This record gives sequence, C-alpha cells and structure tokens, in this order.
Amino acid sequence: MSDIRPAGPPHPETEHDATGQAVAVGTPEPPPDVKPAKQGKPASLWSDAWYDLRRRPLFIFSSVLILILLVIAVFPQWFSSVDPFNAATCQLAQARNPPGSAHWFGTDNLGCDVYSRTIYGARNSIVVGMSTTIVTAIVGGLLGLIAGYRSGATDTVLSRTTEVFFAIPPILGALLILAVFRTGNVWTVMLALAVLAWPMTFRIMRAAVIMAKNQDYVMAARALGAGPGRIMFRHILPNAVAPVIVVATINLGGFIAAEAALSFLGVGIQSPDISWGLMIADARDRFLEAYSPLLFPALFLSVTVLAFIMLGDAVRDALDPKLR
Amino acid sequence: MAPTGDPILEVRDLVKHFPLSQGIVFKRQIGAIKAVDGVSFDLHRGETLGVVGESGCGKSTLAKVLMALERPTSGSVMINGKDMAKARGGDLKRMRRNVQMVMQDPYTSLNPRMTVGDIIGEPYEIHPDVAPKGERRRKVQDLLDVVGLNPDHINRYPHQFSGGQRQRIGIARGLALQPEIIICDEPVSALDVSIQAQVINLLDRLQTEFDLAYIFIAHDLSVVRHISDRVAVMYLGKMVELGKDLEIYDKPAHPYTQALLSAVPVPDPEGREQRERIILQGDPPSPANPPSGCRFRTRCWKAEEICAEEEPLLQIRPGTGHESACHFAETHDVVHAT
Repeated sequence: MSDIRPAGPPHPETEHDATGQAVAVGTPEPPPDVKPAKQGKPASLWSDAWYDLRRRPLFIFSSVLILILLVIAVFPQWFSSVDPFNAATCQLAQARNPPGSAHWFGTDNLGCDVYSRTIYGARNSIVVGMSTTIVTAIVGGLLGLIAGYRSGATDTVLSRTTEVFFAIPPILGALLILAVFRTGNVWTVMLALAVLAWPMTFRIMRAAVIMAKNQDYVMAARALGAGPGRIMFRHILPNAVAPVIVVATINLGGFIAAEAALSFLGVGIQSPDISWGLMIADARDRFLEAYSPLLFPALFLSVTVLAFIMLGDAVRDALDPKLR
Repeated sequence: MAPTGDPILEVRDLVKHFPLSQGIVFKRQIGAIKAVDGVSFDLHRGETLGVVGESGCGKSTLAKVLMALERPTSGSVMINGKDMAKARGGDLKRMRRNVQMVMQDPYTSLNPRMTVGDIIGEPYEIHPDVAPKGERRRKVQDLLDVVGLNPDHINRYPHQFSGGQRQRIGIARGLALQPEIIICDEPVSALDVSIQAQVINLLDRLQTEFDLAYIFIAHDLSVVRHISDRVAVMYLGKMVELGKDLEIYDKPAHPYTQALLSAVPVPDPEGREQRERIILQGDPPSPANPPSGCRFRTRCWKAEEICAEEEPLLQIRPGTGHESACHFAETHDVVHAT
C-alpha cells in the first residue's frame, strides 16, 4: 500500500526530499488555520490555551500569588519561626499589641502572634478550596456526563435531583449539614460545600455533553462500532471538559470564602485549629482596640479569593475565546 | 469501475418513521415523519449508486439506516446475506467493518482533540484483530499516503488541515477497516468546487484500487453523474426512478427527474437561453402527511385521478428501459432539449 502515489493532482502543501523528510514548498493555498508563529508545532486546544495564557498579565499575576500561597500552605514553618499551635507562645500580658518588630501583625486577644496564625491558617483554606473543587468536579462532572449522554429517564432523575439542591440557600444548607455532624473540621466543611456545589458542575457538564454528543465525529465513532465508554471518555469528555475546568477554577475562590464564612459563624473549623474565618470572628468584638487581628487574616482571605477568581477568568478567556 | 458479481448489499422495503409525540409525562404518538418509506435496491461489488433528491427527501436518513446508526422501522438491509438491521452487539460490530461512511462536513466529522494518527487509528483500536498493535502506526501512515496526505503529518491535529485535506482524513478513516461498501453522505458539498474534483477523483481511484462499492448521496446532479454507475432519484422518502447513469440523464422517465435535470445549471450562456426549464409549483409536502397515491402528484403537471388513487410502483414502464414510479412515465431528454 505504501508505494501507491495519488493519481489526482499532487498535494500542494509538501513534497518529499531525498531523505524522506517533508519540506514545505511554495504553496498557492496554505492550510488557513495553521499558526505560523508556532513553527509548525502540533497545536491542540490546551497548547493554544497555554500559549495564550503565558501572555496574559492577569494570569501571571494570579498564578504567582497562588504559587506563593501554595508554598505557604505546604511549608508554613519556612515563613514563621513561631509555632501558633504551641500555647506557650501566647502570653496574655501581650494581648492586643499593635504590629511591631516582635509581632509583625501584632497580637490577638489571647496574646498570640497574629502573623504566625495567619500564615498557618492558609493551609486549611487552600485544602478546603481545592478538595471541594476536586470532589465537585469529579462527582458533578461524571453525573453530568452520564445524564447528558444517556438522556431520557436517567437525565430526568438526575436533573430533577439537582433542582432540589438549587432550591436550598447555600449558607443555610451548609449550616444544616454541619449541624448534623456536630464537629466542624476541614473535611466536614468540604463535604457540606461539595454536597451543595456539585449540581452547578453537573449542569455545566450536562449542557456541554449534550452539545458534544450530537457532533458528527461522535456519529463517526458509532459507525466504527465504538462502545459507549469509548464514546464518552474519548470523544465527548475531552470536548466538554473545558467549561467545567473554568467554573471549577472560579468556584475554588468561592469555596475558600465559604469556608471562612462558615468558620466565622462557628460551624466550620473549630479552635484550636486555625482558620482565617475563625480569626476574624475572634477579633471582631475588640476591633476598635486592636485592628490588626482582624485586618490581616481578612486581607489574606481577600487576596486568596481574588487570585483564584482572576485565574479562573484568565483560563476562561484562554479556553473560550468567543466569550471575550 | 464496472460492477461485477452478486449484489453485496440488498435493501428491501426499508422504512424509517420518526414518531411524533405529544405530551410531557404521558407521551402519545400523534403521527410519524415518514423519512424513508419503502426503499428497495441492490448494490453490486465495485459499483457506485448515486442517490439524488432535494433536501428532506430522506437521503441522509437512508444513509444512517444503512450504517445501522438508526434502526429501521421495518425492512431489511442484507450485507453478504446477513441482515444488518437485525444484528446486535458483537455481530453488528463485525458487520460494521464491511460498511463505512464518509461524512458531509469535514469540519465537524473529525474530533478536534485527537491527532490524525489517533483518528485514523481508532478503527484498529475498536477492532483490534484487524491489525496487531505494532503495525498500526505503519498502517495509518500507509492510509495517509493512499489518500494523498503526507504520512509525516500523523501527529497533527485536524485544525491544521484545510477542508479538502480533512475530507481525505475522513476517507482514510473509512478505508482503515478495508470495507467493501462506503456510504458517502454528500462528501463534497461542503468543499470548494476545485477541491470537490480532487476528492471525487480520489474516491474514483480508491474504488478501482480496493474494489469498493459506493453509495454516493448528493444533491448535485453533475457530481453524481461523474462518479455513478447507476442513479436513484428520491422524492419524499421514496425512490421514484432508478437506472444507469446515462438512462437517467439522457432519458429520464419520471416527471420529477425531468424537473431536477432541467434545473442543473449550464455554464454556456447560449444554451442557457434556449433550454427548456421545468419549474415546479409549490413546496414538497410534509413527510408527516404525504399525499395519497403518487407522492409527487401535488406538484406534477401530468397528474390525473389515478395518481391520487393508486400508488405507482418502481418498475420498468413501457417505452422506457429502466425502473420508474410514474403512471405516465415517458422518456424525455431534458438536458439536450432545446
């Protein structure tokens, strides 16, 4: 088969030289969408998106911020010599000191160092944000894939179920779920948020799958005899996953804010564990006497949420240029 | 290109109705779109059967039913003596090897997230016994070569190719399983005219090379004429005329065929002025509620009472050399008439 040359007109885009290497020749009609800037490198949606992202100040700024926050979350001891979990570091006599050389962010009501607590608080926020995002993306994404692909009764049951969840006000729902657990920690907060947030991912995935499954290439795969698993995971999922990734990135910031809100309300992460929301709650009564125990965790919280939302925006613009 | 031997595809009384239902919870059927309504024909090895007709006449539904992408309401699709319409599971998967498809739109028929190598190699992954793992890459490169693409482009993505090149990728995918029948559903109507010719010539060459039988669906009569051995004309889910390409083009017997042929654009301004034009009145009736008897009678200038009462069968009529479904069939050369 390999020695057969086309009988029709020779293909205009390339010809072979003596070594069998393809060489570009002067061509009257070049393939219109090849981007010459990339030196003929194979380009996919993801490499195009990456190419686009690297040139966005918003993306660079937010990802540097997130990178710093991630390092803080994993290695807080690199940033603070004081271990806030050690009760001996708190001295009641030093309570509510303003920021100074000994305590950069001042001290709180119990005389604990606000700086080290803020640094150590990053881990819980990031863990809740990321784990909730991953769980909602997997659960909502898989169910959305099945509902969109199967349609019919499966879709009806799953879609009506999500509508029930949409009817629950999120903070009230999370309060109820956490009240059932009685103890609040990172994992119960994650579970409460995930239970309320997966329907959003589900809907986005389902819509994207319904759009992708009617494409001709899915029909072509069926004509080849491909089974439902191959069609779902090889053909539909890669073409439907982009909006889910965008929403997941934007939601991550939202989950971090929600964790702080629940901890602030006293049902989330509990003392002696450290959380920005908890620190804000503790500092709020004496705010006029000492501003720093409230200001700094709030500042870190806002910057973290903002960084993830900005990253989500940048990713959305890169993956879906039509939305620009 | 000449057809040889026994028919490899026998279609008998093929019917595909899409139910029209009403109600949200309790659905009840209130009617049916009769997309394909009793179509029978044979396809021989190495033969090309052109299927023409206007939009909505059931051409694409016919293709989908033949590919077993839709189950027929009734009728049979016999491939080498086995009924594809009734096959299930593993049997159906094996039969699919023999019938492949080239789709209309080269921009949507290739998965944008897969490389060309993955797209053309996918048939081998689905049917692993066709090619052992080690040979697949070489086979894919051979296929690229056969359809006139550079085998070194195996790792490129579809968006890096032009429309004509993409259609060649689609053809290579169809060839991968070495089928005997390829159903081309308007394979060139999304392409530029100059590229159309290249793709048609490629299909023509591949037919001789691999002894393929084509069902070539199109609405462009000149394209069909170029490639077909026989031509079937469809109107509202039924075949109204079936014959050798020359018979259909030079001696059309059915009034609908004559009207279609008179609408083919002629590039010569002299001929254009003098040529006879048959202009049909009105639109095709709804396939949900087709007219009684002959379906074309509502737009036919020859229609009489019998046309409403008795359905004309597709058969050889006196004075004509091929099958047509008209009570008043008579040959009339529209193309060359002045």
